[in-house]
Amino acid sequence: MIPAKFDYKPASSAEEAIALLTEYGDEAKIIAGGHSLLPLMKLRLANPEVLIDIGGINDLSFIEDKGDHIAVGALTRHRLVEQSDLLKQHIPLLAHTAGHVGDPQVRNRGTIGGSLCHGDPASDLPAVVLATRATLLIAGPNGERKVEADDFFTDFWETAVAEDELLMEIQFPKFTGQEWSFQKFNRRAQDWAIVGCALQHSDNPGIGMINMGTTPVRASAAEAALRSGETNSDVADLADDGLSPPSDIHGQEDYRRHLSKVLLGRALDNS
Amino acid sequence: MTFPIEITVNGKSYETEVDPRTLLVHFLREDCQLTGTHVGCDTSNCGACTVLLNGEAVKSCTVLTVQATNQEVQTVEGLAPPDGPYTPIQEGFRQEHGLQCGYCTPGMLMAGTALLSEINNPTEEQIREHLEGNLCRCTGYEMIVRSIQWAAENPDGMPVEIGEGS
Repeated sequence: MIPAKFDYKPASSAEEAIALLTEYGDEAKIIAGGHSLLPLMKLRLANPEVLIDIGGINDLSFIEDKGDHIAVGALTRHRLVEQSDLLKQHIPLLAHTAGHVGDPQVRNRGTIGGSLCHGDPASDLPAVVLATRATLLIAGPNGERKVEADDFFTDFWETAVAEDELLMEIQFPKFTGQEWSFQKFNRRAQDWAIVGCALQHSDNPGIGMINMGTTPVRASAAEAALRSGETNSDVADLADDGLSPPSDIHGQEDYRRHLSKVLLGRALDNS
Repeated sequence: MTFPIEITVNGKSYETEVDPRTLLVHFLREDCQLTGTHVGCDTSNCGACTVLLNGEAVKSCTVLTVQATNQEVQTVEGLAPPDGPYTPIQEGFRQEHGLQCGYCTPGMLMAGTALLSEINNPTEEQIREHLEGNLCRCTGYEMIVRSIQWAAENPDGMPVEIGEGS
């Protein structure tokens, strides 16, 4: 399959990318690694008339210690996130989970920003952004703004990034505890999670769920139970509380509800 | 509308223009006539189209040719010179019978090459993890893993010329 025709506009800076977005509006899409967008374009689920390539903007690939948080550039490839000593030390959940995205070839190309902007409830990294309570830095024609993880994923494949905006970096607060876990249930090694969960256990615990709604979602009820000191099994029983998991070829809603409890239970027992 | 590109493939520079929607795998097969790289699933699952882009394994069905401009691509044809010898990983596949129908082989060879350039003495578990993105529908994984182990154990390959047999 070959994508439909488009105009190709490589951008050499974030400013140039935003200027191109401003010019072309909703006719344009940003491409970074292309591992979410190109498959959609091949299937004609996305048909941008203009493709703005930010792959050459090296300034957007970085992992930097900013004191209370680690800033990860939107263009940082999964492989660099997976291998980063800084992230292994300060946000181990992120480094670990990046190593479970797709397969090695996908991780060599795919970027953290691309994965997040795709806004897929079945993706691994959005759950980490929720669990870690990260902040997302977005730039547009009128400057930069910050969006909290809870406000970033707005609908199925939709995020808070407007059509003339670019995700610049993700700011992950340093995690000081030792207790975290990532659980992913799939039937074949490289598959998307049928259900998954990302857990950071601290005074303000974070639990991000994969494939448990139309957007990446937080298990708020389970977080509250964990905060108030309930047992692991009682917390795990609340994994799907208030959530509306989908039914599809990979699993029915009740199966996903069951899986979410099992996986959160494992995460709590392993963390 | 075409877009100018300059790509180095197996050490040879290609300066041309492509339709921006041309996938790298099609550029390699149709423009460069390097048909060793296979199109398998065409959905970035099977890994038959794996090539090295600046030394890293990528699935060339999910890379636009324009994304690879000013970069270096290595395909399976770029492993051994025409008059041999095979690289250790190719020789490993020969020694350990690492292929049955052969369709996945170019991708396996390139993924294995990327692995050994990163970890020269991988464990079986590391080999299996690194081949996560490559499917063999003959299910010949045991022998593929053994082939890569052979290459790791014989980093100088075999001192035989291609065609000489052994």
